[in-house]
Amino acid sequence: KKLAGRGSIRFILIQNRAGKTRLAKWYMQFDDDEKQKLIEEVHAVVTVRDAKHTNFVEFRNFKIIYRRYAGLYFCICVDVNDNNLAYLEAIHNFVEVLNEYFHNVCELDLVFNFYKVYTVVDEMFLAGEIRETSQTKVLKQLLMLQSLE
Amino acid sequence: MLAGSRPGVGKAATSRRLAPLCSPSPGKSKEAEIKRINKELANIRSKFKGDKALDGYSKKKYVCKLLFIFLLGHDIDFGHMEAVNLLSSNRYTEKQIGYLFISVLVNSNSELIRLINNAIKNDLASRNPTFMGLALHCIANVGSREMAEAFAGEVPKILVAGDTMDSVKQSAALCLLRLYRTSPDLVPMGDWTSRVVHLLNDQHLGVVTAATSLITTLAQKNPEEFKTSVSLAVSRLSRIVTSASTDLQDYTYYFVPAPWLSVKLLRLLQCYPPPEDPAVRGRLTECLETILNKAQEPPKSKKVQHSNAKNAVLFEAISLIIHHDSEPNLLVRACNQLGQFLQHRETNLRYLALESMCTLASSEFSHEAVKTHIDTVINALKTERDVSVRQRAVDLLYAMCDRSNAQQIVAEMLSYLETADYSIREEIVLKVAILAEKYAVDYAWYVDTILNLIRIAGDYVSEEVWYRVIQIVINRDDVQGYAAKTVFEALQAPACHENLVKVGGYILGEFGNLIAGDPRSSPLVQFNLLHSKFHLCSVPTRALLLSTYIKFVNLFPEVKPTIQDVLRGDSQLRNADVELQQRAVEYLRLSTVASTDILATVLEEMPPFPERESSILAKLKKKKGPSTVTDLEDTKRERSVDVNGGPEPAPASASAAVGPSPAVPACCDGLGNNLLLFCSLMSRGVSQPQRAFPKHPRISAGGSEFVCKNNGVLFENQLLQIGLKSEFRQNLGRMFIFYGNKTSTQFLNFTPTPVPRCGLDSLTRTHLNLQTKPVDPTVDGGAQVQQVVNIECVSDFTEAPVLNIQFRYGGTFQNVSVQLPITLNKFFQPTEMSSQDFFQRWKQLSNPQQEVQNIFKAKHPMDTEITKAKIIGFGSALLEEVDPNPANFVGAGIIHTKTSQTGCLLRLEPNLQAQMYRLTLRTSKETVSQRLCELLSQQF
Repeated sequence: KKLAGRGSIRFILIQNRAGKTRLAKWYMQFDDDEKQKLIEEVHAVVTVRDAKHTNFVEFRNFKIIYRRYAGLYFCICVDVNDNNLAYLEAIHNFVEVLNEYFHNVCELDLVFNFYKVYTVVDEMFLAGEIRETSQTKVLKQLLMLQSLE
Repeated sequence: MLAGSRPGVGKAATSRRLAPLCSPSPGKSKEAEIKRINKELANIRSKFKGDKALDGYSKKKYVCKLLFIFLLGHDIDFGHMEAVNLLSSNRYTEKQIGYLFISVLVNSNSELIRLINNAIKNDLASRNPTFMGLALHCIANVGSREMAEAFAGEVPKILVAGDTMDSVKQSAALCLLRLYRTSPDLVPMGDWTSRVVHLLNDQHLGVVTAATSLITTLAQKNPEEFKTSVSLAVSRLSRIVTSASTDLQDYTYYFVPAPWLSVKLLRLLQCYPPPEDPAVRGRLTECLETILNKAQEPPKSKKVQHSNAKNAVLFEAISLIIHHDSEPNLLVRACNQLGQFLQHRETNLRYLALESMCTLASSEFSHEAVKTHIDTVINALKTERDVSVRQRAVDLLYAMCDRSNAQQIVAEMLSYLETADYSIREEIVLKVAILAEKYAVDYAWYVDTILNLIRIAGDYVSEEVWYRVIQIVINRDDVQGYAAKTVFEALQAPACHENLVKVGGYILGEFGNLIAGDPRSSPLVQFNLLHSKFHLCSVPTRALLLSTYIKFVNLFPEVKPTIQDVLRGDSQLRNADVELQQRAVEYLRLSTVASTDILATVLEEMPPFPERESSILAKLKKKKGPSTVTDLEDTKRERSVDVNGGPEPAPASASAAVGPSPAVPACCDGLGNNLLLFCSLMSRGVSQPQRAFPKHPRISAGGSEFVCKNNGVLFENQLLQIGLKSEFRQNLGRMFIFYGNKTSTQFLNFTPTPVPRCGLDSLTRTHLNLQTKPVDPTVDGGAQVQQVVNIECVSDFTEAPVLNIQFRYGGTFQNVSVQLPITLNKFFQPTEMSSQDFFQRWKQLSNPQQEVQNIFKAKHPMDTEITKAKIIGFGSALLEEVDPNPANFVGAGIIHTKTSQTGCLLRLEPNLQAQMYRLTLRTSKETVSQRLCELLSQQF
């Protein structure tokens, strides 16, 4: 599938070691079967790699930048000529925000508060691009939204 | 963080209610879960259908449950309307769940789209930044064409309005980006564009971060309109990189100031050539130097986050330096920096350094610097644990290879191949084959290398590779004896790969005579050796061997009885495989009835293959994508011209007129195809098989349709059909003209004469030489005659030659004149080049007389694939990923004439909205630019 334009995220996936998806955010049109296939393929590609391996792996015509936190894999699929380290740290920045927001985040937080996780994602990534990188600004906005609940 | 699962569950009220649905209770089965879910779905359905209207809170609760069930992987087919209702709620939580449901579950062609768009419209107009944000995020997430139609006008206004909140601006910028990606035609540039550029100056770094992505994408397609972004980006970048690590406060990440924004700005700058304004350029160089300097400073933190963020910026800066490819000093510094990373303890850095160095290797400024790291890279090949790192090492060795180190690199790759991962073997085989060919000074070395390849990794040696070795051996007579001897020796091995049998069979069939003088490799010994492998081979290989045998009959009359015995055997003559049986029958017959002369003609040695781009290179490009295969030779202009063949062995002899079978390329192969051919050869009637031409009648005045193709029907009326087949190489060409008599009556005094037409200045010199022989003056009814025209292009020309045909038909004299489609572009040889090279040369050809431009209306539908095919058919290389705007097409090639070679660059910019094209040609010769521009303009 040919992508439109360069330099954007195709999807973000959070999966656990068993392959259960904890977040799937798509920035490209895929039908449900394709999504399921991608989820399985990413899981297969990423879980076989060990700590001595790079955090990058070629994936179809794209690449996956991923990082493992405890039992969860955070994966971002980008263009082959995108900046690997920038996305690797974007993952970490995102995880630090989640950690702060959920006060020491764990897998179940992502399960039960899925709708909040989507909000965090949209604050930090939008249209497949990095939207906001300041943890202070993102958290301030999240707390403001929380106060509206 | 995420250190393990805590016993507690979520905190919010909603989450506790969801808990029973998903608790992973190990004892219970999948069926039990489905049962529970179905019960819950039935409950929700009844709530939605109930008489009592649900309040917002309950509606939200149930829609949220539905979403949750969907995310667990179950289908949801209701609740959409309730979700849409939530959009008009005034409570944030209700609205948010509504929008989330829509983004996750509603597809673009839903009939609800009108209702949804209405709600979005209200929220956009609400002046409530939270609601505006939700609506913009929804548009950005769904990004459908309907939404683009509805909001492409509104979003830019929100983006540039003075009173829009910063966070809304951020969302609006990226929302617009999404709409532009899905439907660029619905997002016309306008007053807002210049104001968007100025967002690069915004106080709020989050706004700059979002806007930079938008501007980068827009600039790729409209480089002129966003040109001013260059100086703004440079000054923004400069302020960031020179700031103290605390200046940017919340945008400093582990002591690195605004790393993501820096990366984005550096990427934006990669849409453009180096800034022309010396001040801007100087400032940018300073920035890049500062970034390189910082890499040498001691780290401010031991955390990996610090070094990653810092290096993200560094790698992007290096990409920009490579993209500009104009500052030797920076390129060499970049190379040295990457050299340090090659030995870093972080695998990520080693990987990225290998990858980045690969592009540096193709710059003439840094190629030598890259080469100094060869030992480290070879070591990486041997010691890296991660296969993707080893893969990058192979890529880099390939990129840094040149004449000085080719033998070493090929040897290292071959030895790595013995243990290489299966996943990358085929690619290594292709690379070794290409390098061995490209840098072969000694063709014996080349033959040895390829045979080694087959020995080590025979299964991964694709057809292209072994076709290629045969093409090269056939084209170079100095290596034929050596090749015959070497394959003969290799075939002695008790178990050899089938690909070796193919190569061996082919080469001995052609050149076995060169070693037949040695009693150890006498004809009979050669035959017995090949035949000992025969029964273990697959059908295509056996078919090829049969052809070798018939070639032996011609080369070595003394083995003819032995071979006839073999062909006569039941296992051949009655073989269940029709191809084998047919070959056996035909070859046996041929060996019996044909005279020595005819045998010698039919089984003549293969003529040289035409020189074209290496088919292996083409395959590697296909495998890796064109941009990843850097053809260093092109950049360094030291092309080896002597060996170059096509993707398939070309039908170069009369025997191949039927066309080579796709599976086995072979000398003898056309032969095996049918007896008809044999008969036609026997009778010497050179009739071209009818199927060479399309059947449907078409009248052509030799118009522009032949500019981009070489074969087809040139002319047809009720009496006569004229077909063409032509091939061109450098400044020479050969055209086969086929005249078909469509009537049942003879044509008499048939005299076709091609004549070059007189251009204005042709009184003094000839531009085009045409040579041909007269054809038989009588053409029988229903028959076809062929005329061969040899063409030499002396200098560039505009007027195409004319073909005058005169003949008598039933008492009347007929006269036909058609233009022969020999146009200047036929003498085009494609040239691949990198983006840097292209633009560097483009700039060098900037005199007004070197450029010719034409803006014209599209005459045909503007289809990308067709356009690409036309540009390739025109003869130039189609350069992918060279133009920053992917909608444009760029090409490059050389026009060969006897007196000169003219480098040509072309760029075609389609404008879909206006249905127009702009075509620009730059060559060193005005007349060439002019003519090519005319010719190509007619094609669209």
